[in-house]
Amino acid sequence: MLVIAERINASRKAIRAALEAMDAAAIQKEARAQDAAGADYIDVNGGTLPGREPELLCWLVDTVQAVSDKPLCLDSPDAAALAAALPRVRTKPPILNSISLERARFDGVLALALEHRTKLIALCQGESVPAASAEDKVALGAELVERLTRAGIAIGDIYVDPLVFPLGTDSRSAHATIEAIGELMRRFPGVHTTCGLSNVSHGLPARKLLNRTFLVAALSRGMDAAIVDPTDSQLMSTIYAAQAVFGRDEYCLGLIEAFQEGRLAA
Amino acid sequence: MSEAIESIKSNVIRGKRKEALEQTQRALAAGVDPAAIMKDALIAAMSVVGQKYSSGEFFLPQMMIAARAMTEVLPLLKPHLVGAAAQKRGKAVIGTVAGDFHDIGKNIVKMMLEGAGYEVVDLGVDVPADKFVEAVRNESPNFVLMSSLITLTMQSMRKTVEALQAAGVRGAIRVGVGGAPLTAKFAQEIGADFYSPDAHECVEACNRLVH
Repeated sequence: MLVIAERINASRKAIRAALEAMDAAAIQKEARAQDAAGADYIDVNGGTLPGREPELLCWLVDTVQAVSDKPLCLDSPDAAALAAALPRVRTKPPILNSISLERARFDGVLALALEHRTKLIALCQGESVPAASAEDKVALGAELVERLTRAGIAIGDIYVDPLVFPLGTDSRSAHATIEAIGELMRRFPGVHTTCGLSNVSHGLPARKLLNRTFLVAALSRGMDAAIVDPTDSQLMSTIYAAQAVFGRDEYCLGLIEAFQEGRLAA
Repeated sequence: MSEAIESIKSNVIRGKRKEALEQTQRALAAGVDPAAIMKDALIAAMSVVGQKYSSGEFFLPQMMIAARAMTEVLPLLKPHLVGAAAQKRGKAVIGTVAGDFHDIGKNIVKMMLEGAGYEVVDLGVDVPADKFVEAVRNESPNFVLMSSLITLTMQSMRKTVEALQAAGVRGAIRVGVGGAPLTAKFAQEIGADFYSPDAHECVEACNRLVH
């Protein structure tokens, strides 16, 4: 289970302020906390000030690497920003977040992934609208996997994200994502699936409860990565417990270790 | 205010569309003034819903079902509204800008504006600048409202304002922008007239500017 830590994202007000002020200490505090909480990758997103994204993404890479050895997940839809930031990465190859079937983005991000031997998050989004039904998600996911592997990306380096839409506007949206995860994992042995959780609960009460419940359902269908807040100890505890329950934690040692290190919120 | 109007209003607020429809039919048959139903039941209900959503008391699905109830009652009233009551408060062209497919916020603003008595022309998502220009030419709206949820497409807003300027139609309209990554400062920078943090504020801004 790959935990991609989501907190350093310009859509959060505190991070946007830190980016505007180039406040390295604020960013590094987030990086250290997520590293300590069990992040496998640290996502960095600097898309707040139009036109400045390449520069800010570079600054985030430098700033986070100064305090954490965790690999990075470079988060931008803009190939130019990714291209600027990639040469500065000193930790092991990053994940590029993300590629989709939109033509310019597909070609631009694919070239970078091949050149820098990175992993890729592949969004189930076509040239027009994002996939809403399970069938559409699977069709777009399959097209992405086929085109990326044909281009030379190893299937194990692909993390398909079937996209999660708010339950608040479509009561069946989460179910469609879960169905798509199951089908993609069945159809493409070796591929990974991931998603961001928080969109599912947009506009609803008890958001963390919904996020955790959705996460367990997605994990049950084989999802093996997630973009989450690792400092949310209840969420991380849910991941440990679910991994054990779904037979992916031999002798339950991951769960036991988390407990013995005081990281399990029972 | 009559009991019938109060009851329609309460059912719209709670998103009870069947009840709202039945009561509206009954009220019309009993001779209740359709203009009063419009103003004191529908518009008043959506204003309450907007405030409750804005303050965090109401959640997104509650807002959506209320708006749906309102839009279903509206056609019952329309044939009965005459003169001043049939007049729309104003007209807005709305869309999510080029490169962006997020439509939840845009749809909420649309429903709230309709609930407040505006005519809304919805251009959908991924709307290029020239489509906004064309819509302004064809529809002569009071407002052009743009939504963007990702920073990359905020530039599309700038381009649209520039295109409206270049086409010589900028002066005839007020431009409003909204979306999670936006700020009032950005709206000012790109030459928009106003920024709204949520749908309720957008309606308020339109109400202020339409006169």
